[in-house]
Amino acid sequence: MNRYPLWKYIVISLAVLVSFLYTLPNFFGEVPAVQVIPVRTTVKVDTALLQQVESALKAAGIATTGVTLDEHSIKARFTSTDIQIKAKDIVQSALGPGYTVALNLLPASPRWLTGIGALPMNLGLDLRGGVHFLLQVDMPRALEKAAERYQGDIRTLLREAKVRYSGIERVGAQVTIKFHDAVQRGAARKAIENAYTELQLTDSGGGEEYVLTAALKLQAQVKTQEYALQQNLTTLRNRVNELGVAEPVIQQQGVDRVVVQLPGVQDTARAKEILGRTATLEIRMVDEERMQDANVVRAATTGQAPFGTELYYERDGRPVLVKKTVVLTGDYITDAQPGFDNQTSQAAVHVNLDGRGARIFKNVTRENVGKRMAILLIEKGKTEVVTAPVIREEIGGGRVQITGMDSPQEASDVSLLLRAGALAAPMEIVEERTVGPSLGADNIARGLNSTLVGFAAIALFMIVYYRWFGVISTSALIMNLLFLVAILSMMQATLTLPGIAGIALTLGMSIDANVLINERIREELRNGNSPQAAIDAGYARAWDTILDSNVTTLIAGMAMFWLGSGPVRGFAVVLCLGILTSMFSAVTVSRAVVNLTFGRVKRLTHVSI
Amino acid sequence: MELFKIKKDIPFMRHAVPTALLSAATFVAAILFLVLQGLNLGVDFTGGTVMEVSYAQPADIHGVRMTLARGGFADAQVQNFGTAHDVLIRLPMKHGVTSVHLSEQAMALLKQGDAAVTLKRVEFVGPQVGKELLEDGALALLVVSIGIVLYLALRFEWRFAVGAIAATAHDVVIILGLFALFRWEFNLTVLAAVLAILGYSVNDTVVVFDRIRENFKKTRSSDVPGIIDNAITATLSRTVITHITTQLMVFAMLFLGGEVLFYFALALTIGIVIGTYSSILVASPIVMWLGVSREDFIKPVKTESGAVV
Repeated sequence: MNRYPLWKYIVISLAVLVSFLYTLPNFFGEVPAVQVIPVRTTVKVDTALLQQVESALKAAGIATTGVTLDEHSIKARFTSTDIQIKAKDIVQSALGPGYTVALNLLPASPRWLTGIGALPMNLGLDLRGGVHFLLQVDMPRALEKAAERYQGDIRTLLREAKVRYSGIERVGAQVTIKFHDAVQRGAARKAIENAYTELQLTDSGGGEEYVLTAALKLQAQVKTQEYALQQNLTTLRNRVNELGVAEPVIQQQGVDRVVVQLPGVQDTARAKEILGRTATLEIRMVDEERMQDANVVRAATTGQAPFGTELYYERDGRPVLVKKTVVLTGDYITDAQPGFDNQTSQAAVHVNLDGRGARIFKNVTRENVGKRMAILLIEKGKTEVVTAPVIREEIGGGRVQITGMDSPQEASDVSLLLRAGALAAPMEIVEERTVGPSLGADNIARGLNSTLVGFAAIALFMIVYYRWFGVISTSALIMNLLFLVAILSMMQATLTLPGIAGIALTLGMSIDANVLINERIREELRNGNSPQAAIDAGYARAWDTILDSNVTTLIAGMAMFWLGSGPVRGFAVVLCLGILTSMFSAVTVSRAVVNLTFGRVKRLTHVSI
Repeated sequence: MELFKIKKDIPFMRHAVPTALLSAATFVAAILFLVLQGLNLGVDFTGGTVMEVSYAQPADIHGVRMTLARGGFADAQVQNFGTAHDVLIRLPMKHGVTSVHLSEQAMALLKQGDAAVTLKRVEFVGPQVGKELLEDGALALLVVSIGIVLYLALRFEWRFAVGAIAATAHDVVIILGLFALFRWEFNLTVLAAVLAILGYSVNDTVVVFDRIRENFKKTRSSDVPGIIDNAITATLSRTVITHITTQLMVFAMLFLGGEVLFYFALALTIGIVIGTYSSILVASPIVMWLGVSREDFIKPVKTESGAVV
């Protein structure tokens, strides 16, 4: 009765073999590597770039242990960290600023293992060190920004349609347009309805003033918010690329949040600064006429700027009256690079504008020769005049140089910000978790130590208490660990400290199935059954109980996964998987061992339990 | 080796009334601690900033406190963490200010005091996120409880579901009560441990219930307390051995897992000890008092007899 058909043994052996293969990569450790990522996400990574990297390394006489190409990057491996650092500089100077070259650690498993898709588990930030940010997107502000765009568009539309209006302004996420009579309002309504179907229009007012209010329809609001989040994700990706992090995680969480994980980053202040910046560039004209009058400027410094202008300060503290009309925004920028001014050798930023931007810029500079133009950097609601140079001649071709930087570092920061583009809506960091590398290493050691010591204690106890069946139970527990680690590796799960705790706890709890079985067998033996019958009945009767007791833990695990966040989730995944693998290992695998040992013994008079 | 060679059934049910009173008293006391003292919620739930810094020499806690106070962090809590070199600093949430830069400012201050200080860990949680985590945690507790009740009601019978959930609620409340009493920090990892205990404690109760059901089906006796006693005695060995093995692993985490896992393991330890007790002396008496009987498990055979007629 205690015999398995051959196919069962084959299935079990296969499961063990596959699990062993997929667990293997976790033991090879990591090798130093250099990773090349294009700064712009639109740039393709191809074999031409691969050859460029290879030839640059060859020219410098640096030996690699392999250069590989994947979807988003090129990775070159080296034998030591010294070579790695040297290689980073060489590759960076060969490729120029269009590419980020980051130091990274790659799995050292042999190629045939990687070939079958066997990769080690990823280590979470609490194990390898790094920063975790949760950013909240300011959605009301995204809607306001959309309204601002519509305000401009409607103004142009009404002008083109020759509809007379007395005023147009944005109130919150709505645009209100005022008219002197209902006829004009009707004409405006028709024009806007035709052009922008996503707007909800309502009439109000009467007598002296007829008002038309335009607001986004609910559906369009949702779309705008989705779009804002997507644009922020893209912008964040660009910014993170600039930071030179090897394997960043940038993910949407919920409707209005973004998770950013930067493994290995230690300079969190800089990371925060670059991520949190909502800098945009605006080019506006300086109101030279009003600047002539010292009284007006003085009045403006006390908060009474003349209509249509705003007062800002230059870096040296001089006030500048700037017209409210924006000539150009950062949206027209295609590229920005740090550099130096040819004449003064001051630090400067070289900006390239797209076709439309270049056209606008050309017109404005032609019409305003001799006047000053202010370049404003708007960051977190703070506006600063970076520089306000006099326009000496018409500037065509869309190449602009911005001077007035304090240092090359600043020039590089500003160009980074301009390149990274604008955020569709401001974001705020609502959660931060930083773990230093030494603590990460400590966490790994502690997690592994406690798991191993606990495992050894359980194994010892089981063997002393159940003798031969204790050995079988222990081997089932080892198999459970093997299956669990293999599945986690196959899923490319991220291992965290709570995850390790989950593995440990699962091992401690899953031995329960074997305890149930062993106790049942003992009981059947006490009731006078023959050893073979006792083993069979023990397994059969324990199964129902094992199933019932595991389902409840599974319910808890699934709820944790559903509602939990971060550490709780990692724990829940491991717990659920561990329960599932334990049912297989504790029942099927241990039974297979029992059947192999006792199944063919003709007259079994005694079992060691 | 065998620890439990029990010849006669242990009359657990005879002592059910005093143990139930004891449980009820502990339960009420735990609720009182929870209400009066409240949980010492960690930064995960309250929002705020926690920093762990490490000094080359044993840290001067008082000095650190003074340095921070001079820099405007008079309300910072400073304490040793693990070793004498490591310091844990809590910066409470300032009303109206949700600055993520607090930790940097504090670090800059500490660097002025001693340049050799290194930052090991920072956790900043905004008040909104903290509130959400707490709500999600409470919701998870509720969902798990409901899920378990439904499963048990489906698989067994409503009386068993009530008994199991009462025992489990008893365990969870006592764990929380102890955390409130001793002001141990309650954070996300501890919450995970509590949820795991929810599943684990029920698991244990289920094993006893399984045996009660099996006994009801096997015997013709109508001695309900006797049947329950027999079921508990028969599974006693398994209950204790399983808890020993789980506890061995949890002890390893408690003593070797470092500070992060300490409270996690502590919650599990309490849960395992209380869970053992409650599955024997809380869940089963409730089932008995709710009036479970043999008839509840014998399938009605009406249809068959009807066919004969």
